[in-house]
Amino acid sequence: MALLEIRNISRSFGAFTAVKDVSFDVSSGEFFTLLGPSGCGKTTILRMIAGFDLPDAGQILLDGRDLVATPAERRPIHTVFQSYALFPHLTVGQNVAFPLRMAGVNETELRRRVADTLEQVHLAELAEHYPHEISGGQKQRVALARGLVNRPRLLLLDEPLGALDLKLREEMQLELIKLQREVGVTFVFVTHAQPEALALSHRIAVMNQGRIEQLDEPSRLYSFPKNRFVADFIGNCNLLEAGVVEGQDGLLRLQAAGLGEILAPAREDVNVGDKGVLALRPEQVRIGAADALPPPFPKGGGGDFATPDDPGASENPPQPPFGKGGGNSFPGTVRDFLYVGDVTTYQVTLDNGQELAALRANDAPGRARFFEVGDRVTVSWAWDAGHFVRD
Amino acid sequence: MRKLPLWLKLAAGATFAFLYVPLLVVVAYSFNDSRLNAEWVGFTFAWYRVLFNDAEMLLAARNSLFIALVASTCATILGTLAGLAIHRYRPRWLPLLVITPVAMPEILLGVSLLVFFIQVLHLTLGLLSVVLAHITFSIGFVAIIVRARLAGMDESIFEAARDLGASPWQTFRLVTFPLILPAVVAGFLMSFTLSIDDFVITFFTAGVGVSTLPLQIYSMIKIAVTPEVNAVSTLLMLLTLVLVVVASRLDKGFMKGGE
Repeated sequence: MALLEIRNISRSFGAFTAVKDVSFDVSSGEFFTLLGPSGCGKTTILRMIAGFDLPDAGQILLDGRDLVATPAERRPIHTVFQSYALFPHLTVGQNVAFPLRMAGVNETELRRRVADTLEQVHLAELAEHYPHEISGGQKQRVALARGLVNRPRLLLLDEPLGALDLKLREEMQLELIKLQREVGVTFVFVTHAQPEALALSHRIAVMNQGRIEQLDEPSRLYSFPKNRFVADFIGNCNLLEAGVVEGQDGLLRLQAAGLGEILAPAREDVNVGDKGVLALRPEQVRIGAADALPPPFPKGGGGDFATPDDPGASENPPQPPFGKGGGNSFPGTVRDFLYVGDVTTYQVTLDNGQELAALRANDAPGRARFFEVGDRVTVSWAWDAGHFVRD
Repeated sequence: MRKLPLWLKLAAGATFAFLYVPLLVVVAYSFNDSRLNAEWVGFTFAWYRVLFNDAEMLLAARNSLFIALVASTCATILGTLAGLAIHRYRPRWLPLLVITPVAMPEILLGVSLLVFFIQVLHLTLGLLSVVLAHITFSIGFVAIIVRARLAGMDESIFEAARDLGASPWQTFRLVTFPLILPAVVAGFLMSFTLSIDDFVITFFTAGVGVSTLPLQIYSMIKIAVTPEVNAVSTLLMLLTLVLVVVASRLDKGFMKGGE
């Protein structure tokens, strides 16, 4: 049985529906993330689990027991707030001791557990300090320690890393993963930052406008988005408008706007005539100098490995016709590039007008880029690289 | 620190002089060995001796302290509750109802209270009526101060307390109250000073039997501003100064934390 079961909950504020009929389960020991843009309803769901708000309809079950009638202070669930919400009039040690005092833990036990927990978040030497005397990262740890000290069944984290700078945020991500593994408490994490969600979570529910768009493991969300929203929201993605011309043996022939026919793997049920987008990650798109690549197709002609009037194509099931490393290939011109250190993302305008982002690792020492704006290039991707998303 | 231009220093000096020279003159003349506030004759404690032998003045002082203590205590409790309620439930009319007496001209409040006490409550004017009147005009000040402090606080602190297992009452006792305490104390001291120097409303609601320090001083200066008045004013000033210093010390202590 799942630890936490959300059953068809809805919540409206006046005319605005924040959460629409949402259901999901969280298993014991899981690091579960609600991910979505601001206003998507993720925080509303968190507040209902914590007990600060009640659903208009639906059930919230913990260990199979309905929580709706239980006030926040009697739920074995603690929250780490975005603002940390440390008690400013109490020291770090007193803050961490607070939930233990409320639970009536005796003084010796309380001292031991506060010391242990502070040790765990590397704050033992700050126990006597007040919250205004410590840094943002340290406040974050105090909030975590306070939330975990009496081992709740569930720890809710509301954008807890949002206020930290990038370097500290990455450190805290690693520490969060370690801490969660150590204490074994189930985490429900809310964030709008998708890299954070991918890095931390066992499973992610991507939310939009009060609904869950897709609930999956991070790598599946990234590689196999279910719809346009998820493909666009998770990571960077080229979205090529396309329609299905033919599908057979795990392969799709797509008619892409401005590109002509391209190949894509078929992973779900799609029918001929379906419209959608081909989601193609920039790191799946290879970029090379126009003259450096051998012509990738036996018959030449950008990407049209089999035109509709090619007699061979309709009779035989379409096969990747170019063997290993083959794929869809198009000439184009570099319009722009974005250097971020380890990689450079090139914006390429294909000769047929389509824009495409391609990413290349800066593996040659001292080189910030391999191409300049205006360079003629060829972009290509393996036939099984993209992922077709039906509308 | 950056060097300030001369004109700014002069302007600041002039402002402070305008504020404090009249007060210092009163203090100085309270030690003047002369019946008249005309010229400096010599130093004396005589007027303080006169003051402490003036039975009427002492009674007035006792009344003032009693009224201020009772009225500001009641006003602090009611005003704090009002401030909490305004912050928590955001009622539409309560702020207006609580704050109107603060903005109301004193003379109007004095007259209305007088009419209300006599015509409606059939109350004999005396200490009780003055205390009630002072509570009335002090509640608003306390409520405003407490509410301002609450408004400046992170709302999730109170949710965090509940979330970590505190009942509503424990949340108030262990988190909300310690956090608003500086504002509550400030509100108390504010109403105390307002009460101790109130003249207009006290004048209307005191009746014939009761006198307070401001009423007593007023009745004395009808004849002349005697050095005894200077002396009592100096003591009143001293009391206020002590209250202000205590309040700021207390406030700083609480800002730093500590249970």
